[in-house]
Amino acid sequence: MITLIAITGLGILCLLFEILNLRKAIVPFTVVALLAILGFTASQFGLEAGYYNNMVVVNKFSVSFSCLFIVLAIFLVALSHNFYARHETQISDFIAIKVFLLAGSVAMVTFGNLAMFFLGIEILSISLYILAASNRLSLRSNEAGMKYFLMGSFASGIILFGICLIYGAMGTFDVSEISELSRSAELPVWFPIGIILVTIGMFFKIAAVPFHFWAPDVYEGSPALTTATMSTLAKVVAMATLYKLLFAMNADVSYQFQITIVIVSIASMTVGNIMALRQTNVKRMLAFSGISHAGFMLMTLLSLSTSAGSLLYYTAAYSLAGIAAFAVILYVCRDRDNEDITRFHGLGKTNPLLAAVLTGALLSMAGIPIFSGFFAKLVLFNQTIQAGYLVLVIVGVVNSIISVGYYFKLILAMYAKEPNEQRTGTPIIYYTVAVVAIVLNIALGLFPSFVMDLLA
Amino acid sequence: MDVSYLLILLLTGAIATYLSGDKFAPKVALAFALASLGLSVYLLNLFTAGQNIDYLSAWITQPKVMFALKGDGLSFSMVLLNAALIPVIIYSSFGNDYKNAKAFYALILFMAFAMAGTFLAADGLLYYIFWELALIPIYFIALIWGNGDAEDRKKAVVKFFIYTFAGSLFMLVAFIYMYQRAQSFLIEDLYAMRLTIKEQTWIFFAFFFAYAIKIPLIPFHTWQAKVYQKAPTVGTMLLSGIMLKMGLYSVIRWQIPLGRFAAKEYMTIFISLGIAGVIYGSIVALRQSDLKKLLAYSSLAHVGLIAAGAYTLTLDGLRGAVLQMIAHGFVVVGLFLAAEIIYRRYNTRNIGEMGGIRKQSPKFTSMFMILVLASVALPSTFNFVGEFTVLYSLSQINMWYAVLGGTTIILGAYYMLRMFQYVMLGETNTKAFSDVTFNEGLSLVLIIAVLFFFGLYPKPILDLITPSIETILTQINRTN
Repeated sequence: MITLIAITGLGILCLLFEILNLRKAIVPFTVVALLAILGFTASQFGLEAGYYNNMVVVNKFSVSFSCLFIVLAIFLVALSHNFYARHETQISDFIAIKVFLLAGSVAMVTFGNLAMFFLGIEILSISLYILAASNRLSLRSNEAGMKYFLMGSFASGIILFGICLIYGAMGTFDVSEISELSRSAELPVWFPIGIILVTIGMFFKIAAVPFHFWAPDVYEGSPALTTATMSTLAKVVAMATLYKLLFAMNADVSYQFQITIVIVSIASMTVGNIMALRQTNVKRMLAFSGISHAGFMLMTLLSLSTSAGSLLYYTAAYSLAGIAAFAVILYVCRDRDNEDITRFHGLGKTNPLLAAVLTGALLSMAGIPIFSGFFAKLVLFNQTIQAGYLVLVIVGVVNSIISVGYYFKLILAMYAKEPNEQRTGTPIIYYTVAVVAIVLNIALGLFPSFVMDLLA
Repeated sequence: MDVSYLLILLLTGAIATYLSGDKFAPKVALAFALASLGLSVYLLNLFTAGQNIDYLSAWITQPKVMFALKGDGLSFSMVLLNAALIPVIIYSSFGNDYKNAKAFYALILFMAFAMAGTFLAADGLLYYIFWELALIPIYFIALIWGNGDAEDRKKAVVKFFIYTFAGSLFMLVAFIYMYQRAQSFLIEDLYAMRLTIKEQTWIFFAFFFAYAIKIPLIPFHTWQAKVYQKAPTVGTMLLSGIMLKMGLYSVIRWQIPLGRFAAKEYMTIFISLGIAGVIYGSIVALRQSDLKKLLAYSSLAHVGLIAAGAYTLTLDGLRGAVLQMIAHGFVVVGLFLAAEIIYRRYNTRNIGEMGGIRKQSPKFTSMFMILVLASVALPSTFNFVGEFTVLYSLSQINMWYAVLGGTTIILGAYYMLRMFQYVMLGETNTKAFSDVTFNEGLSLVLIIAVLFFFGLYPKPILDLITPSIETILTQINRTN
C-alpha cells in the first residue's frame, strides 16, 4: 500500500520539479527515489495485509511483481535522460507519466477489488497512449498514439463489460469473495462469459493472437523508448494481472478454458514468429517476437495453482533481456528516423561491448543456456508437460527453433557485415543500463531458484 | 580435489585470455590449456587410485537440478582427448595471425570448458546446458574468423546452428518428459527408471535427432562439409576433433542406455545408417577437389563406422567406438593441420593447384604420409586398433555389415592416397614451398607420436574404458 502511495507521490513531485525549475536533477532524483521504494517494497516480502476494505491486498505475489516493475521502471527512467535530451522542456512530464504508469502497474497486481483493477489498467493505458504519441511532430507517432488509443479503449470497454457481468453473477467486486463463490457448483452462465470478456480485453493488452493487430504498427510508430516501455513493462504487467485475475476466479478448472488458452498460445507463438522472420525494422521485429513470447507466457495459465513462480521468472527474464536489447537499440538508432536492421551493421567491430550485450539479450530470448531465457522456457515446458499438454510443448520447441532465425539475423548483421557509419560519443547511461540488465539476466540464469522459489 | 576444478580452470582461462589483450592472448591460452591437460592427468591419477573425484551440489530446486559432475573411465578418456587436443590446436594456430586474437582464443578455451562439462555432467539438464553452450563459441569462431565469401559463410554457419539447435531441443523435451517420471535429472535416477517400450522409442528418437545432427549421420549431414570448409582451421579442428565426439559419447552415455529396448529393436536400422554413411562419405570424398571438403567427407565416413560400432551394443563395438573416437580425433586434427600448412604457403585449398611439394619439403611429406596412412588404418597405428575392433564387432552381428563397413578401408585408402598423390607428388611445383616451421613440425610430431604409441600399446586406454563400458552394458541388458 505504502509502495503505491509513495510512487504516486513521486509522480506528483516530478511535476512539481518542473515548477521549481529543477529539470536537471529530475532523472537522478527519480532513480534514487525508486531505488528507495524498491528497497522498502522488497522488505515487505512475506507480509499479507488488506487495506481500505480490501481494495488493495498485499501478498507475496503482489510484492514480488511490484519489485520487478519498479526495477524495470528504474531502467526506463534512467534511459530517458539521454533520450529526451532534445525535449528538455518536457522531460518532467515524461518522467512523471512514467512514474504514474508504474503506479498503475503496481495497482494492477495489488488489487483486491475489480474496481481497483480497472483503475490500474486505465492509469497504465492512458499513460501509454500519451507516451505513444509523445513525439508530437512525427506523423507516425501520432498515428501510433491514435491507433493504440482506439484499440486500447475498445479493449477497456470489453473488460468493463466483463466486470459488470461478473458483478451480476456474484453480487460483489471483492476478489476474495468472488474466488470463494466461484468454487461453488451452481454458477450463472454469465460468470464464465464475464471471465471470457475480461480475458479477451487482457489479450488485447498483451497482444496475443488474434488480438495483436495493433502491436506492430504502434511499436514501430512510437518513440523507441515508449516501445521499450510497452514491450517490457506493459506486457509483463498485463500478463501478471491476467494471471492474478484468472487465478482468483479458478478459471483453469474448465476444460473449454484450457483448450482456448492452448489455441491462443499456439497461434500467438506461431504467428508472432513467422511474421518476425520477415521484418527488417528491428522495433517491428521485436514487436512480433513479443507476441510470440506472450504465447509462451500464456502457457502458465494452464496450471494456475503452481505456476506463479515460473511466470515471475519468465517475465523477469524476458523483460530484462528486452531492456538490454532496447538500451542498445536506443544507442544505435538515436537521432535516426527509423530502426532499420542496416543500422546495426558492423556493430561488433565499432562497439564490441554493446554488440555483445545485444547478442546476449537475443540469445536469452531465443532460449539458449546460460541466459535466464532458457530456464524460463524450461520450467514452462516442464509445467506444461505436467499439465498434460505435450503437443503444446512441441509447438513451443518448434517455435524456439524458428525464432533463432530472426534473432540471428540481427546477430549476423552485427558481426558479419562491415560497419557503414561512424558513431561518436559514448553515453554512459546506455552502457550502464545495457550491462546491468544483461548481468541481472545472466545472474537469474545462474541462480534460477532465487526467483522461482519466491512464489513456490 | 574433484573434477569441478578442471572446469573452473578452463573458464578462468577463457576470462584471463580475454583480459590479457591481443598480444599475449595466444600464450596465455596455451598456458591454461597445458595447465588443464596437467590437471586432467592428475585427476586421472586420483581416479585410478580409487579416490572420489565426483562433485555434487544442489542447484535449482524446482525443477530439481543438481550440479553433478562425475568422472568415470569413459568420460575421462574424452576429457583427456579434449585436454590433449586443445593445446595442440592452440599451438598450431600460432602460425596464423588472427584479428582480435583475445576474443578468438578466449572462445576456444570457453568451448573447451563447455565440452569438458558435457563429458563430465551426470545430470541430464546440466549436460544439456553444457551441450548447448559448446555451440555458441564455435558459431562465432566460424562466423567471424572463417574464410571465403562472407555471405556464403553466413548461410553455412546459420544452417549449422539452426540444425544443431533444433536437434537438441527435441532432446530437451525428452529430458523433461523423463523428469516427470523420475522427478530427477540425475543419470542414476534416469537409468533406474522403468519406461514402456513405446516411451523408450520416443525418447530414443528424440535423442537420435540431436546426435545424428551433431555426429553427423546421413541424412543429417548436409551442414557439415560447408561448415568445415568455411570455418577457420582451428574451428574445423575443434568441430571434427572434439565436438562431434560429443555426439558419439552421448550416444553411448545417454541414448543407448536410456532407450535400450528401442536400441535393440531398431539395431539394424541404425547400424545400416552408420554403414551407409561410410559408403556415401567415401564415394563423395572421391570427387572432392577442395582439400578441406575431402577431409570433411572422409570424416563423415569414419564417424559412420564409429556410430555403427556403438549401435551393435556389444562390448567390442562400444570399446572399439571409443578407441576409434580418440584415434580419429587425433588423426583428423593432424590432417586439417596439414591442409592448413599447405594453405599458409599456397593460399589455396584446391587440390588441382597443388602437387610437387615432396621435393621441396621432405619432412612435411613424410609426416603427412604417416597421417594419411594412419587415417586409412594402417596396422601399428591407433586407428587400426579402433577400426579393427569395430569391424570385428560388426561381424559378430552380421558378416555383411563387416564386409560393407570394411569398404571404408579400401575406399579410404583409395581416396586418401589419390589425394596424397595429387597434393604432394608429381613434377616439382614452380611455387616455392618452405618446409615445416618448428611450431608446425612439433604439433604434427606430437600427434603422430600419440597415434603410434597407442597403436602399439592400446592397453592403458582399454583398461581405462572397459569397466565403465561394462557398467553401461549391464544397464543396456537389464531385462525390466
